[in-house]
Amino acid sequence: MPVVRIPTVLRKHTDGAAKIEVSGSDVGEVLRGLVAAHPGLSEQLFDGEKVRGFINVYVDDEDIRYLDGLASPVGADAEIALMPAVAGGAG
Amino acid sequence: MLLEDISQAVGNTPLVGLPRLSPPGYRIYLKLEGHNPTGSVKDRVAKYLIEQAEVHGLLRPGQRVLEPTSGNTGIGLAAICRVKGHPLTCVLPENTSEERRQLLELFGVELVLSPASEGSNGSVRVARELAAADPELYMPFQYGNPANALAHYETTAPEIIADLPDVAAFVAGLGTGGSVTGVGKRLKRWNPQVKIFAAEPEYGDLVYGLRNLDEGYVPEVLDLSVLDSRIKVNSLRALEWTRRLAEEEGIFAGVSTGASLAVAVRVCDRLPTGSRIVAMSPDGGWKYLSTGAYEPGDVSQIAERISGVLWA
Repeated sequence: MPVVRIPTVLRKHTDGAAKIEVSGSDVGEVLRGLVAAHPGLSEQLFDGEKVRGFINVYVDDEDIRYLDGLASPVGADAEIALMPAVAGGAG
Repeated sequence: MLLEDISQAVGNTPLVGLPRLSPPGYRIYLKLEGHNPTGSVKDRVAKYLIEQAEVHGLLRPGQRVLEPTSGNTGIGLAAICRVKGHPLTCVLPENTSEERRQLLELFGVELVLSPASEGSNGSVRVARELAAADPELYMPFQYGNPANALAHYETTAPEIIADLPDVAAFVAGLGTGGSVTGVGKRLKRWNPQVKIFAAEPEYGDLVYGLRNLDEGYVPEVLDLSVLDSRIKVNSLRALEWTRRLAEEEGIFAGVSTGASLAVAVRVCDRLPTGSRIVAMSPDGGWKYLSTGAYEPGDVSQIAERISGVLWA
């Protein structure tokens, strides 16, 4: 089953869980399943139907903006990572 | 090469092939920005930030400059400001490596520390507060200043094109977004088929800390439309490639270089066989020695231990 990684700032909505298994065949299905199980995440992750701009969603390390967005397919062993946008690097 | 002062020594860095680490059928080249005067790609940015501000009348002779920077931009600005006669204040996260702080102080920079838990976003916040409170300060603000990407558009990219006219792809890490945006736009103007990939550093939990998502920050300099893909790289993988670079190719680079290299290797099979790929090496490893990134031992344990400070 796909695994969703939850960033530190959102774990208060998941009873502290850092990784949560959610079934689904695309990113949207998995995230809707996640939000159904942890309703506190809804407002944090979504702005209407869309993922909020400050959240980056990765499937097996690839940003879904450059795949098929929420329709990006998710394999049985996929890792979906939610990450807050952060400025920095070698800045 | 005779130059009249250090500001003229910025750029024209070597583009070096990696015959041992490139996947079969492909050739990866590293743009070694550690060869700039203060040792990083940010010398290009610092020079453009100051010169563009002077040209556009935003910065008067002798006026103090203020910038939020986790190190490299500050060090670059310190050298440029010295020779151009501007005092400088840098706001940096308190977990910035000791080498960087010492370098800044050597150049006479005034340091203001921001909380480690807020990362670079915290430095941005503190710098904005200082600038708002004092109109005598000029803040170039690399995260939002078009001169940042312009430096890469006008210098980094033309150097790559001159050295490697058939470049098929370019990979760089995402910090301010200046290099992927500036180099990416120029390379795509040269050849619309060129692919641009961003390596997104996956910071340790310490960096993400307890920040509220509303403080999330996407730099204005970053133009997401120029990217063909954005791929995240964790500390372990970045460190593994950085260490292999030294062991197998004789190149001592900072950890962001390992992140770019990891992505360059990953995307090769999306490109035609024979493609030549340029990956950005923002700096050498010298300023990270005190983090322990290069110590002997188990790489996964080292990555775990230093993931909070590795990218700072």
